[in-house]
Amino acid sequence: MKAPLSWIKDYVSLDGIEIEELAHKLTMAGLEIEEITFVGLPLPPGEKHDFIVKGIAWDREKIVVAEILEVGPHPNADRLTLCRVNDGEREHTVLTGAPNLFPYKGQGPLNPPLKVAYAKEGTTLYDGHAEGWQLMTLKKAVIRGVESYSMVCSEKELGISEEHEGIMLLPEDAPTGMPLADTMGDAVLDIAITPNIARNANILGVAREIAALFERELKQPSYDFKAEDGPVAGQFAIKIENPELNPRFVGGLIRDIEIRPSPEWVQRRLRLAGQRPINNIVDVTNYVMLDIGQPLHAFDYDELVRRAGGKPPTLITRTAKKGEKLTTLDGETHELQDFTVLVCDTKGSHSIAGIMGGADTEVTEKTTNVLLEGANWNFINIRKTLGYLKMNSEASYRFSRGVHPAMAPRGVGRGLELMRQWAGGAVCEGLVDGYPLPYEDPTTELTPEDVRRWLGIDLKPKEIAAIMARLGFKTSVKGKVVSAAAPDHRVDISSDPVIGKADLLEEIARIYGYDNIPETRLADVLPPQRDNAELEFEERVRDLLVRQGLQEVVTYRLTSPEREAKRLPPGVQPDPKPYITVKNPITPDRFAMRKSMLASMLEILERNARLRERLAFFEIGFVYHESEAGPLPDEKPRLVIAITGRRELPAWQGGGDGLLDYYDLKGIVEGLLGGLHLTGVRYEPSQHPSFHPGKQARLLAGERQVGTIGELHPAVHGQHDLGPAPVLVGTFALDALMEAAPPRHEVQEVPAFPPVLEDLAFIVDENVPAGQVQALIEQTGGATLAGVRLFDVYRGEQLGAGKKSLAYALTYQAADRTLTDDEVAKLRKKIVGRLERELGAVLRA
Amino acid sequence: MDILKQLDEIQAAGLGALEAVADEESLAAWRSAHLGRKSGVMAAFDGMKDLGKEERPQVGKRANEVKGALEAALEKKQAALKQAALAASLSSEHLDVSLPGRARPLGRLHPANQTLRRIYAIFAEMGFQVYRSREVESDDYNFTFLNIPAHHPARDMWDTFHTDREGVILRTHTSPGQIHAMREYCPENIRVILPGMVYRYEQVTTRSEMQFNQVEGLAVGPNITFGDLKGTLTDFARRMFNPDVRTRFRASHFPFTEPSAEMDVECFVCMGEGCSVCKGTGWLEILGSGMVHPTVLRHGGYDPEKVSGFAFGMGPERITMLLHRITDIRHFWRNDVRFLEQF
Ligand SMILES: [Zn+2]
Repeated sequence: MKAPLSWIKDYVSLDGIEIEELAHKLTMAGLEIEEITFVGLPLPPGEKHDFIVKGIAWDREKIVVAEILEVGPHPNADRLTLCRVNDGEREHTVLTGAPNLFPYKGQGPLNPPLKVAYAKEGTTLYDGHAEGWQLMTLKKAVIRGVESYSMVCSEKELGISEEHEGIMLLPEDAPTGMPLADTMGDAVLDIAITPNIARNANILGVAREIAALFERELKQPSYDFKAEDGPVAGQFAIKIENPELNPRFVGGLIRDIEIRPSPEWVQRRLRLAGQRPINNIVDVTNYVMLDIGQPLHAFDYDELVRRAGGKPPTLITRTAKKGEKLTTLDGETHELQDFTVLVCDTKGSHSIAGIMGGADTEVTEKTTNVLLEGANWNFINIRKTLGYLKMNSEASYRFSRGVHPAMAPRGVGRGLELMRQWAGGAVCEGLVDGYPLPYEDPTTELTPEDVRRWLGIDLKPKEIAAIMARLGFKTSVKGKVVSAAAPDHRVDISSDPVIGKADLLEEIARIYGYDNIPETRLADVLPPQRDNAELEFEERVRDLLVRQGLQEVVTYRLTSPEREAKRLPPGVQPDPKPYITVKNPITPDRFAMRKSMLASMLEILERNARLRERLAFFEIGFVYHESEAGPLPDEKPRLVIAITGRRELPAWQGGGDGLLDYYDLKGIVEGLLGGLHLTGVRYEPSQHPSFHPGKQARLLAGERQVGTIGELHPAVHGQHDLGPAPVLVGTFALDALMEAAPPRHEVQEVPAFPPVLEDLAFIVDENVPAGQVQALIEQTGGATLAGVRLFDVYRGEQLGAGKKSLAYALTYQAADRTLTDDEVAKLRKKIVGRLERELGAVLRA
Repeated sequence: MDILKQLDEIQAAGLGALEAVADEESLAAWRSAHLGRKSGVMAAFDGMKDLGKEERPQVGKRANEVKGALEAALEKKQAALKQAALAASLSSEHLDVSLPGRARPLGRLHPANQTLRRIYAIFAEMGFQVYRSREVESDDYNFTFLNIPAHHPARDMWDTFHTDREGVILRTHTSPGQIHAMREYCPENIRVILPGMVYRYEQVTTRSEMQFNQVEGLAVGPNITFGDLKGTLTDFARRMFNPDVRTRFRASHFPFTEPSAEMDVECFVCMGEGCSVCKGTGWLEILGSGMVHPTVLRHGGYDPEKVSGFAFGMGPERITMLLHRITDIRHFWRNDVRFLEQF
């Protein structure tokens, strides 16, 4: 919200307060000053400010109050005038094209003269005719044969508003020759108002905070009006059908007003506050709303009477019928829900309560009698209505955050008086006040112990009471107990005694100053300490993969079924269980919670495919599957690994150009499982549709499948924008891995005796898996065979077709002695014999 | 005694010849000529059997002396040659040390997780343990139990992804974990941090994401004050940013805390002088915090008349961005290697 300092000063003196200090204190107290626009007042020195600085200062020497003594014609241009201007020191001739001076052209000396803002040569101002806010400096020039070196200013040139058509006229009593900055220099605070302090979304509210923070007196506005017409009673009636939704409805009447523009200063104030002036009556409703926070609505009273068949009208508030339609001021027709409150009369509905009026009963240029409404609406209900109507207005902003019902008659009273002043006319005596559901202001009890316990500071009861009083609470102290009754402008203090206490503690902390509360370390008893086994396991997996040179990625969990379907070859149906989808996606391709980590990974591979010759990624995250148990999905932790491209990083020398393949991936997986001390995992051929049918394996820990690894199916590969190298992918159920991994492992004794090393090569049929050969060797070797490592696979003519040679390095080792040649020879014979018998293997010489 | 004279000559000849030896090859030739089977000194040993009994010891002694002398000279020469060869290689072999090294594939954690780990570590030492909860949440846990009833103005503070299921949303913060943790641990004291992914219905721009990590913290117990909140979070900031960093706490509003505070830390780019990163204010907004609202304590099973607590929340990606001057938040989930490789 925009709050001009000049307006704030109506209610609290700012004498002696630097603007930086003002902004700082408000910001620290929760009224964050985001920006200050300077309109004439000097800008704060230095580069560092708590807020963004905008606007310009008015040079006190160069911009002064001046008077136009006479407006004469320009000799060479019809659309320009030459003004005789007195700046308090001497007379100048000033050239201007301002249309609002034309009526004075050729009228001779003006009496009284027109007071204006006069800028001398060399002044820096905004360019009134440029788009946006461009600075310019006044220089001597000759325009159509007449010398010009100074100007009379429009609001835009001074940075007050966008008005640049005419020059700005000042009040008659503005002292000629006085620096303009001294009479009307201003600055506008732009304040972020959080929902809990919506009571401060008006000038009075901001002034009240300033008064409390700087311990100054708050000057209360007047809500009285001068009544010069008969009693309002009987001229209209109010009927409230649902007090819960409309606790109060107040109306007043003013007769014989004249619709015209508001006074200059009012228009200027409204513009500074970001509100466009319309006419005096509409301006009053906006002005009062900005001033004290009560939105108002002005009806054309005669139109209401006409609709009531010439009788005194009755304003009725009621909920809409389901599907009822209403056309608002902006010409939009709305279909309404049955909880939305309408303001109607006996003829029908005319506005959506608290949100927007209808065209039928609106004030027009011909209006002479005005019925002024100040009402109070249930803020939750207003929000529900805004929610489906998708509308917004300054009034609904305030009503949807809560306005105190006591503000309704205040707003109407103040509004009627301002109408009387700005629009003439006579106000009828009294108000019609429908208040079926009075608001009870809660009284909350608080002790120094509460303050100690919640805030960690020691305050005496009197000090507590004093702080609350600064905010307008009515307080009393009895022993240690402070009672504080909430003032009748705020609805944020709970009537629940415990919550009310917290509400008060917040106010105490704000006014006492967060800065003044000392920092302490937790002294409370430490709770029982627990591990987070899932997270720790994840972190171990991350470390094991990072150690093997993989880069971690984190991807979007929102995806689309189409994107995920691409992880399968064409024609393969994805599992038909529905996705968890969002109803309001931000982009059309991300509306479903993912079911596949592989699809996410393929997206990242595509993005990086052209960037590096070798990619090695992993991600740990969740997949989301519909749950049998209820509407909330199962969120399962998953790991996906992908590698592709060159086996070795490119280098200027060495660095082979072989491509990563299944066995590279398997090596990484073995490294991972080894690091987890998860032994005995079996790799079996499998049939996962995303993988090459002949180049994939499922991993079994016991009988449980913990993952699948393999080469991406060429058809899937082809559906993605990837490089030509095969992509190797592993997907793992992290929860299953975690269950399979032993909580701890035992260490083998380091051998004290030398091992015997020996290489054996066996010729077997091509279709015998190496894993089977190895398993048989290990089984036969028993405890004495400490290690078996395949070091060569060979195929060649001398072996014969359909044969291969597998060469193993064997390590024989006994824990308690050095093995003899005899012992080794016996064991070798046993191994060779078994392989011959069971696999038809031949020991290669 | 000719033989003795001969031995003197053999020694002199051998040592003389060794002088001229300058490489390993000629040294080997010298060795076979002067210490080999057919060398003079060996012939002298062979000739001993023909000598008389009284001559033998004298000649034997001398022959051994000669052999010893030749061997010693050989050893010395060998050492000298080795030394010379080393010197030659040291002076002749020069690498171009400016050629690039052979890169090893280097693994890295994602930058968001690097920051998360740092946050875990700092809070772990203050006794805060990690508590995680689900991402697809019920409306009640995400809002209602946190003192944000339906249609309350505070709901405006979060733009929410609603799912196709009634009352089920993507969590907008990790705060639902506060309720889960309280309900699990009540009536024990609590110190936990709640990390995880959260979702907001927000246009993805350089400054905002629809998915991001959050770390919340929660401390509940009989003696927890706003002063403790300030102290704990200032300790955190000093470790996360720098040991002398100044903090300030501004009044703010969150429905689940009262009083609520934003914590700013002094800008570590300009040291508080004002720069583009801190928009000239000298302060960086780091986290939101406050004393746990009585309504939230009640929903967690605690009596707000007996216990109090504080809670806070921060964005690891935002902190990472500030620490490394990253200007576009979209880098995090784009996973471009040119970004990731910088961490
Ligand atoms: Zn800075």
